Amino acid sequence: MSHAMSTLAEGSSVLAVPIDELIIGLLAFLIVFWALSKLALPGIRKALEERTAAIEGGIARAEEREAQAAALYSQYQAQLAEARTEAAQIRAQAQADKSAMVEEARTEAAEAAAAVTARAEAAISAERASTVASLRREVGTLAVTLAGKVVGESLHDDARAQATVDRFIADLESQAAASGTSA
Amino acid sequence: MSASALLALSEGSCHLVPEGCGFPAPNTEIFNFDSVVEFSLFGLEFHITKPLILLLIGALLIVVFFVLAFRKAKIVPRGIQGLGEYGYLFVRDGIARETIGKAGDQFVPLLFTFFFFVWVLNIMSILPFAQFPVTSRFAIPVAFAILVYLVWVPLGVKKQGLVFFKNMTMPPDVPKAMYVLLVPIEILSNFIVRPFTHSVRLFANMFAGHMLLVTFSVATWYLLSPNIVGIIGSGASFVVTVGLTGFELLIQGLQAYVFTLLAAVYINDAVNAH
Repeated sequence: MSHAMSTLAEGSSVLAVPIDELIIGLLAFLIVFWALSKLALPGIRKALEERTAAIEGGIARAEEREAQAAALYSQYQAQLAEARTEAAQIRAQAQADKSAMVEEARTEAAEAAAAVTARAEAAISAERASTVASLRREVGTLAVTLAGKVVGESLHDDARAQATVDRFIADLESQAAASGTSA
Repeated sequence: MSASALLALSEGSCHLVPEGCGFPAPNTEIFNFDSVVEFSLFGLEFHITKPLILLLIGALLIVVFFVLAFRKAKIVPRGIQGLGEYGYLFVRDGIARETIGKAGDQFVPLLFTFFFFVWVLNIMSILPFAQFPVTSRFAIPVAFAILVYLVWVPLGVKKQGLVFFKNMTMPPDVPKAMYVLLVPIEILSNFIVRPFTHSVRLFANMFAGHMLLVTFSVATWYLLSPNIVGIIGSGASFVVTVGLTGFELLIQGLQAYVFTLLAAVYINDAVNAH
């Protein structure tokens, strides 16, 4: 304690503030402050600002790309939808075309069948007409021959015999026609 | 050491210590140094002592390191720039912006200098060969605290006008009668005691830390003798010295941070009226 007292008395207490030390402390700080502010800190501040700018620029670029991608995507979506609609239309069209073709084919077939039927009917009626004519001739001849044999009279006079046959058949036909209408 | 001296030590002698046998506990004299150089300037005597030489070395170290780290700073940090940048961002974001807000950016150089200068001067405490915290010389923290005071008080007047003194001494939402009590207390605490506590806090921490380190270092040497008590006592003191060195390393950073943070808080009082 006495030692501490003596140091206090000597003016070298730990709480003493020697003016020369204070001045050197102030100057040292100011010089360090000046040197750092002028020589060191502007560099790092600039680098940090540039970094911020670079990062912000990067973010802006990324956002731009993202927007582009989104636009492209929606465009693609629209195109896809369009393509789908088109496909559906084409399918519907094909369906319609198909039924039309089927209808056409069916109509053609029916027409062809009708033509075939008509031709067949014509052929049949022609055949029938010729058959009737030949039958008529043969029946006449047979009847005349038969009648000649029955009456013993030669009836070779073809013209007369033919007339008789014709008359007979005409009678037959008119009778048949009369009975057909009455029936 | 001769065999007879060793024998004497083992029998309880204390010849390792020059004067008498008592423990040479360190006193405040360990903070006083003889002048290395003395000169007179403008009628003032300058005594350049070891702490002041350490102060100048610390100043030089700081400037050289950060100029090398930051002078050609790149967008992508490399080497010591990364390290220095970590410190810069700590002061800018952790102290200036955190305390003062966006307006804190203009005070970053000042706070940066305070933080790293104080820290380096503190670290001198455990730096081999230096082994003395410059900030345990009271004049140094006082110089720094005076600078802080000279920054924030005029700044407050400049930013807020004379209302600054009203803002600093008359807190709002207080019954009028209380001002009789409050105003003197606020004047005392904000304008008179502030620079004192600001400097004493740093000084006392570094002073006490150095005292502890010296005490246990001396004890390690004092107790050293070739017997069981000597080995245990000296070994324990050595372990404590090493542990305290680590502890001091923490305190040095912490006190530099506290000093700078308080400077920022004072500047904030001036910049942002409340």
